[in-house]
Amino acid sequence: MVLLDVKKGDWVRVLKLEGGVGLADKLTQHGLYPGDCVRVLRAAPLGGPLLVEVHGREIALGRGIAKKILIEESQCESR
Amino acid sequence: MRIALIGQPNCGKSTLFNQVAGYKAETGNFTGTTVTFTESSVRVGGETVEVVDLPGTYTLAGTNPAEREASRYLMSEDVDLIINVLDASHISQGLELTLELLAMKVRVIVALNMMDEASRIGLTIRGTDLSKKLGVPVMPLVASRGRGVRNLFLAALRLGKKESLDTSDYLIMENDDDRMGRHTLSGKLEQEFVTRGERRINLRDRIDDLLLHPFWGYVGLVVILYAFFQIVYGVGVLVETPLMNFLASITQKLVVFLGEGKMFTEIVVGALQGVVAGIGIVLPYLAPFLLGLGLLEDIGYMSRVAFLMDALMHRIGLHGKAIVPFILGYGCNVPAVMSTRTFDDPKERFVAAALATLVPCAAILSVVFGLVAFYMGPLIALILYLLNIFVIALVGRILTSMIPEDTPGLILEIPPYRIPTLRTVTQKAWFRIKEFIVEAWPLLIAGSAILALANYFNAAVFFNMLFRPVTWILGLPAATGVPLVFGIFRKELSLVMLGQALGSMDFNTVLTSVQMITFTVFVMFYVPCLATLAALRRELGTKAMLSITGMTIVIATITALLARGVAIIFF
Repeated sequence: MVLLDVKKGDWVRVLKLEGGVGLADKLTQHGLYPGDCVRVLRAAPLGGPLLVEVHGREIALGRGIAKKILIEESQCESR
Repeated sequence: MRIALIGQPNCGKSTLFNQVAGYKAETGNFTGTTVTFTESSVRVGGETVEVVDLPGTYTLAGTNPAEREASRYLMSEDVDLIINVLDASHISQGLELTLELLAMKVRVIVALNMMDEASRIGLTIRGTDLSKKLGVPVMPLVASRGRGVRNLFLAALRLGKKESLDTSDYLIMENDDDRMGRHTLSGKLEQEFVTRGERRINLRDRIDDLLLHPFWGYVGLVVILYAFFQIVYGVGVLVETPLMNFLASITQKLVVFLGEGKMFTEIVVGALQGVVAGIGIVLPYLAPFLLGLGLLEDIGYMSRVAFLMDALMHRIGLHGKAIVPFILGYGCNVPAVMSTRTFDDPKERFVAAALATLVPCAAILSVVFGLVAFYMGPLIALILYLLNIFVIALVGRILTSMIPEDTPGLILEIPPYRIPTLRTVTQKAWFRIKEFIVEAWPLLIAGSAILALANYFNAAVFFNMLFRPVTWILGLPAATGVPLVFGIFRKELSLVMLGQALGSMDFNTVLTSVQMITFTVFVMFYVPCLATLAALRRELGTKAMLSITGMTIVIATITALLARGVAIIFF
């Protein structure tokens, strides 16, 4: 499953960042690592970006990027 | 002693720097405002120290140019002490960088900035315990209000003066090259030393429910931008008319005093007109625009605009962030070009700046209204504006397809809303205005004087010849060459000079409807004005400025030609 398919409001855990080293680097620089719990807060209409919460910060991610973030649904509600 | 400020983007390093150094670094509630370092001498506790503001970085092993700059500086310059600024509301992210710094075994002080925001969202941070665990001092700070700044620098001075540095207490990981490990440890540290209380009220979510709403968000966007333009334009018109009248009367008196028709008089008057043009741009437009932009940026709204507009901007191959120069461009292209500075990808920056120069500014609006709307009705004017948007989108697509894109989409932090302080907003505006005054204004004055001199030697024939290939293709009178040359200097002059060149301000007696449309469309796109050219050169370099200029001439000719073809059918 990828982040793009996640229902709004559900906490999920990041498994893997695909799409090459460049993208993975960019995401980790913004504080998004494999193992982190994230939640989709909202989505812009017409194929716009997702607003994702990571460690209390909010990051806008284009859909092309959200497609490259593999996730698993697991107990993540703690955060 | 040299003190370096380092920390992740948007944690307030530049705000802290400006607190101690006076306003020298650009700040904004926007990731990546600082791209190179700024240095300043500061007096602390009776001593002078050098303070360096480094670009924000999440890690010393960063990849983008701003981040590399930060780590290169730390490695090469002899920095005596590092102040590691952390955003107190999200310390786990900032601590990753702290752990990297500790591994270098250098003198470090951790400053927990935005303590007010942290307590607002219900966080309690046990600073003393964190300090013991890390092995370095941890100081609380609210840089935007100047709280804790003095204590921080006094502590820095004390630590910097110590003869030897004892790093035995430093929290150093066994494998200090392990990024994942640093991330995990930082998360653990946050859990250990930060207690989360009740979030008092989550105002941010409430506001965002409205402002980022799939429908109301866009309504809000239109309302906010409309208000922004009305206010800025209102101030502009209010100031410009009396100001220009006053300056014109001074010019007239000067002409009488120096004697009409002399070469010297012409040059002086030309230069003076350059001065006037500068004032005419800075006071009514640039200042209110930059103040308003600074306000929207510091509140945190600009990132949200980027979020809302990303889908649309993708259609022309840009990211949501690129909407900012477009919005500004309708007022004045100069701040529009300046605002592309927040882009990290140089190619995207070039495309955005190039497209921003095609946006019809307030001065071009006066040409469209004075010519097309006045003689042919507002509907035609509206059609020309829609044509303009269409052309920009098309050019955007072509440019981005020529330049291979290396980022697949938007990654942008949406900061919390912050209440800006009057001081940072006005200082930021002044910082940008000063750049215009120093860089672009002298060019305006010199260009204007040269133009006046050329006019004195009756260069009108030459100007007309210069533009003759274009005016001939477009079916315009040869005399329109002079207004087009003057239009480069200041766009609204193309209308004033058109009247002079054709010998009548009743344009419908000297131009056909088709010619009016063709002329207006050409003016809309061709060569950016001198002030914009200067801004382009400063922001992107001479080569980029020249290629954008060439591009605009090609676009202007093609679109005007097409407009002419269509207009012939209808009129």
